[in-house]
Amino acid sequence: MKIAPLAAIVAASTALASLASPAHAQGTVNVYCSVQVEWCTAIATEFQKATGVRVAITQKGSGETIAQMKAEAQNPKGDVWFGGTGDPHLQAAEENLTEPYKSPKLAELHPWAVKQSNDSSGKTVGIYAGALGFGLNTELLAKKNVPLPACWADLLKPNLKGEIQMANPNSSGTAYVAIATLVQVMGENQAFDFLKKMHVNVNAYTRSGTAPMKAVARGETAVSISFVHDGVTEALAGFPVKTATPCEGTGYEIGSMSIIKGARNLANARKFYDWALTPAAQQLGAQAKQFQVPSNKATPVPDNAPKLTSMKLIDYDFAKYGKSAERRRLIARWDAEVGGLPKQ
Amino acid sequence: MTRAGERGAALAWPALGLAACVLLPWYALQDGLGSLGWARELWNSEESGAAFALGLSLGRWWLLPTIACLFAAAITALLPLPRARRGTLLALCGAAGIACFVAQALGIGLRGWTADWLTGLFGELDGRQFGIGAGGAVAGIACVGIVASGLALRGAFGGDAFVAGAVAAVIASIVLFTAWPILRILVQAFQNGDGAFVPSLLLERLSAPKIWTLRCLLGGGRCGVAWNTLFLAVCCGVGTTALGLAFALIATRTGFRYKRTLRVLTVLPIITPPFVIGLALILVFGRSGLVNQFLEWAFAVPPTRWIYGFQGVFLAQLFAFTPVAFLVLIGVVEGVSPTLEEASQTLRADRWATFTTVSLPLMKPGLANAFLVGFIESIADFGNPIVLGGDYRVLSTEIYFAVVGAQLDYGRAAALGLLLLAFALGAFFLQRRIVGTGSYATISGKGDAGLPTPLPAAARRVAMAVALPWAAITALLYGFAFLGGVVKVWGRDYTLTLEHYVKAFAVEHGANGLIWSGAAWHSFWTTVKLAAVAAPLTALLGLLAAWLLVRQRFAGRAALEFATMLSFAVPGTVIGVAYVFAFNVPPLEITGSALIIVLCFIFRNMPVGVRAGMAAMSQIDRSLDEASATLRGRAPQTLAFVVLPLLRPAIVGSLIYGFVRAVTTVSAVVFLVTAEYELATTYIILRVINGDYGLAVAYSCALIALMLVAILAIQLAVGDRRLGRRAGPTQGARA
Repeated sequence: MKIAPLAAIVAASTALASLASPAHAQGTVNVYCSVQVEWCTAIATEFQKATGVRVAITQKGSGETIAQMKAEAQNPKGDVWFGGTGDPHLQAAEENLTEPYKSPKLAELHPWAVKQSNDSSGKTVGIYAGALGFGLNTELLAKKNVPLPACWADLLKPNLKGEIQMANPNSSGTAYVAIATLVQVMGENQAFDFLKKMHVNVNAYTRSGTAPMKAVARGETAVSISFVHDGVTEALAGFPVKTATPCEGTGYEIGSMSIIKGARNLANARKFYDWALTPAAQQLGAQAKQFQVPSNKATPVPDNAPKLTSMKLIDYDFAKYGKSAERRRLIARWDAEVGGLPKQ
Repeated sequence: MTRAGERGAALAWPALGLAACVLLPWYALQDGLGSLGWARELWNSEESGAAFALGLSLGRWWLLPTIACLFAAAITALLPLPRARRGTLLALCGAAGIACFVAQALGIGLRGWTADWLTGLFGELDGRQFGIGAGGAVAGIACVGIVASGLALRGAFGGDAFVAGAVAAVIASIVLFTAWPILRILVQAFQNGDGAFVPSLLLERLSAPKIWTLRCLLGGGRCGVAWNTLFLAVCCGVGTTALGLAFALIATRTGFRYKRTLRVLTVLPIITPPFVIGLALILVFGRSGLVNQFLEWAFAVPPTRWIYGFQGVFLAQLFAFTPVAFLVLIGVVEGVSPTLEEASQTLRADRWATFTTVSLPLMKPGLANAFLVGFIESIADFGNPIVLGGDYRVLSTEIYFAVVGAQLDYGRAAALGLLLLAFALGAFFLQRRIVGTGSYATISGKGDAGLPTPLPAAARRVAMAVALPWAAITALLYGFAFLGGVVKVWGRDYTLTLEHYVKAFAVEHGANGLIWSGAAWHSFWTTVKLAAVAAPLTALLGLLAAWLLVRQRFAGRAALEFATMLSFAVPGTVIGVAYVFAFNVPPLEITGSALIIVLCFIFRNMPVGVRAGMAAMSQIDRSLDEASATLRGRAPQTLAFVVLPLLRPAIVGSLIYGFVRAVTTVSAVVFLVTAEYELATTYIILRVINGDYGLAVAYSCALIALMLVAILAIQLAVGDRRLGRRAGPTQGARA
């Protein structure tokens, strides 16, 4: 056989092999980041400035991150998972994908953040909280002459027929928080009664949890069931969006942080973990126009952020409703009694 | 070939493999081959040692059998043996080498034996392996090469070493990078949460009423996700094929004046990052979109949400995939020889009869292929259903949310993935049945073939009536999308501004020359580099596979043909997760690198190259190959000087497709990108998720411009084929 093809093969494989060189240097920490991208970048640069440790950051949604951690479980590539709603963090703890760590900073945190750590035997900790509520398109509601809904009960009124959007709990953590909240506010059977009655007013159960708020912003729907801090972002972008938290009481998410089991840079991961709980690190969220409530009591909160103190928050039982079995049971019930109902 | 030459050829592969065992580090290096520091440690380091040193003095005894097989092959090549016996021995040596190679690679991993029963059988192993590096890769390739050359010496593949090598290369790469990862994940359909094997689980997972219910036909309720997917895919396949044909006919068979514009318009959707069309559709047809606002203002029609659901997804898929059908069909429509049409007219058939009884039937392979591609694109499409689906569920989104959603159920995802594959398989066999075994060859070696017949008036009117409104809407959508990048807030505040472009693509003059300070540059250059590497390899592999499938006869051809389609039929998310599963641990540990992204591009996009190549090749008369063979042209020469020049449209098609898809893919690479290798699309999607549409659209427009440049460059570099046909008045402006 001729030399040319062989040489070409060798050249090609060496070229390809040189592509296969993962970054690897001393003093790095690999962070899977499930908050918004500017926030992630700010964290990476600020931590690098503060400690000299290089941060390799990969931004992905919390669902995608836990899927990746599961796929990588035998040979983890990440060290810390920063941000994203608390349920998948609890799930990761339950599935033994994360590592317990007791940070010296725990004492400075709000009780809800510490409770998150206790619920998971130290495998995850709260870094921010955001309340569940309504996203409202003020222009559409004004045009239809509907007063802004302020309570869960308002969502059943006939004048909102076909105007509500919420996510599908099969795919969205936000929607699951909504169902679990209703169950805790009203009791389980009443909650499903409520959801069945609300069904006529719902125009779509979207796949993604953030989609309903975007639909509100663009005038595709008048009301959404969403996290209220997402509404602030849309309003700042110039859309006619207002938010409200229901008068009967509402639940909230605890954005969390965990150290990945088998982390290759454990010492740096812990250093990052401690740093991320300081006020200096936590105020980066607001700078990136994200308005969740930070978990360190000393972190300054911007004026336009929704204040947890002005809402009627329930004592959300994360330990119970974060369990996989309970989640599966409630979602199956939603599927059987609500999701499959015909329209109208 | 002379005895000496034969011997030399047989020696080449074993020699290459042995050289790799001496001169290259066997395992992957953490810092890559670039620094050359490994050269000093070839003989004394466990991490960067060569196979000989590892096997003989560093305790990696399990590498020795593979080396021994390579050695045996080298000796076989040197001994004076009759041709057939040499071939048999070589094939055996190579096969044994592959077996030893695979056994040690799969059996011994990061923590010794990889399975409990191996530990039970042999006791604890004191030793571990990292991922395969340059040395291991070349040795493995050499083993495959030895088998191929041995089989060729025995007379298989027409005794042609090139054909044998090509078949081996295509099969090995498809097994490794398509079949292996996909099987790895599909096995999970039979496993419960703890990884135990429970076959009945598959039945349970697949018989769920959510998948098969027909409630929508009985009035009330929604239909199962399987029916939804099938219905959408059939509509999409038929729709895109019809539209693609209309465009192809207008572009080749009419004197339509704005052909070039039309061609650009048909290419636009294909080079658009996936969510742009969906968003533009919402802004035009959505509840607060242009059309509804106008209807409400003019006729007091209350705005509706009709765009969400089947209609919206179908429309978006038509926009997105018609160009693919067009690319598949244009080569075929051009290729239909006017000779037969002229013959038909000489026999007093009018234009219409000629068109329906001669031209159309000759396009059958192209039409069937276009339908197949449209059908499969539709069932694997993820971006459009996610943006416009509303309550309309399809399998691809269902799978995505089984993996990343609140369920986190790989088993269910894998079971649904199997179902999707079954649909693809069904469509594939249907397509083969329809095309059948007839001959569609119309490009032969005979000189002038006459002028292409203009379309009959009725057909022309239909084609125009279908294609022109479609083109107009495309133009509207794109105009609107472009607007999104130059206004403050798309859909809200239409003050003109360039701030999004500045934010993304700012370049500053610094002390040391230019500083690329824009937010998008990093992902932009990564994307360009990786796509530029992937596109030629995609086209090469695709056309090679097509040539083998159409022109060579060998056992397992149908299986190979299906395997090439495998990665196309599985939705991107599944491929992405499958790649992470398969390539995150030794023997092939390539996650987090650029290589895995390039491989994903190649093997995900190759099928279109294969389809286009096969459709085009079935038109080229075999007599041309035979003529080349008669003139003593061997397989590589025939391929290079006869087949390839006639395949130029297919080459252009698959190069463009390879590049464009590499730039626009999202779902498959979401799990593969890292901070270092961030891609344009993942960056854009993050902006969209964040509601930062301005920057996203600005970036998309820049990508579209980049791809237009790339397409023109590819067109210029590869050129048109010359078919020995006169350019008639209707043939004038060919783009």
